[in-house]
Amino acid sequence: MAHTDKSNWELIKNGMFSENTIFRMAISLCPSIAVTNSLKNGFSMGIAVIFVQTMVNLTVSLIRNFINPKIRIPIFMLVIAGYVSIIDMSMAAWARPVYKQIGLYIQLIVAFASIFARAEVFAVKNRVVPSIADGLGMGIGFFLAMIVISFFRELLGKGSLWGMPIVSGNPLLIMILPAGGFFAVGILMGFFNWMDARIAARKTAAETT
Amino acid sequence: MDFEKLFQLVIAASLINNFVFTRFLGLCIFFGVSKKMETAVGMSITFTAVMVISAALSWVVFKYIMLPLDITFLKIIVFIGIIAAFVQSADTIMKKVSPALYYKLGIYLALITTNCIILAVPLINSGEGYSFLESMSFGLGSGLGFALALVIMASIREKLELADIPAPFRGLPISFIVAGLLALAFTGFSGLITL
Repeated sequence: MAHTDKSNWELIKNGMFSENTIFRMAISLCPSIAVTNSLKNGFSMGIAVIFVQTMVNLTVSLIRNFINPKIRIPIFMLVIAGYVSIIDMSMAAWARPVYKQIGLYIQLIVAFASIFARAEVFAVKNRVVPSIADGLGMGIGFFLAMIVISFFRELLGKGSLWGMPIVSGNPLLIMILPAGGFFAVGILMGFFNWMDARIAARKTAAETT
Repeated sequence: MDFEKLFQLVIAASLINNFVFTRFLGLCIFFGVSKKMETAVGMSITFTAVMVISAALSWVVFKYIMLPLDITFLKIIVFIGIIAAFVQSADTIMKKVSPALYYKLGIYLALITTNCIILAVPLINSGEGYSFLESMSFGLGSGLGFALALVIMASIREKLELADIPAPFRGLPISFIVAGLLALAFTGFSGLITL
């Protein structure tokens, strides 16, 4: 068993930045476009994912010594589906207007590659506390990505944030259309790649001098 | 059975509500396997077949087991179970019956289990209360729509390999922007049929 030797804080940071689900790993992309047409939807989706990811990591890590490796995939699926059902029903009860718009995508958290991957790669090999930290980090990383994308899309597409008007005038309608989601993610991804290249270049420059 | 209605469902699911460009599902696979035409075609065939069959299977289970027992709140767990079991058994049967086909399409089968479209189809079917044939046509339309998107995207990306793209945008970012342009084109289909 390969226990991790990173501290909990490093694990959280790892999930937030260097292994960010959307911009770095490019998995679980569906909701990053589907529900980011307003800040509120993006925010709710992010919270749901933080909850599911953390709880799945916690549970898998707790039962890791009882799982037969041959049937681990169905077991992970069941654990994930259980937590998704919980968040699905809770949101249906408490957040009716938001749920009407993003309900389908909440149910589809089940099929998220990122949640499954963290259970398989991390939680099943590590003790409980690091697993929670890893889950939190991954969840927060996803949450941040959702916030960034939906911030730009709502601001440019509707001229408002969280439903409150900010900018007057004609908004760029295209940004809240389906196509705008693809553009926003593509441009942001390119931007982060560019920043990465800049930082790397500065580092090598500092080392040579 | 009303044939016209079924045809409308197929057209609506494949063009107007195309899963990739208007509902944004299955994007991981969409960007993952659209690099080459050959894999895109293999994936499309497997995908459409699995979609129709799993739509039919889950309709039967939903109608005759879950509704009478009043356990519809378990539908997420049950549907993912049905799909995983079906894909696993298709994998095993294919390996025994037709090894040649298995080596061609087997890897795609393994990828399919964790795909959101396959799960979305039964969920939408049960939500809309479609009949058996309607469910299957919806599955077929969704599969064809996904295949269409995948093939268009793969042919564009093969050409993109040769293009001179600014360094930060190489790879995924430019594919996203291309997908955005395609999505714009697909919005042209809205209003083709009103159901």
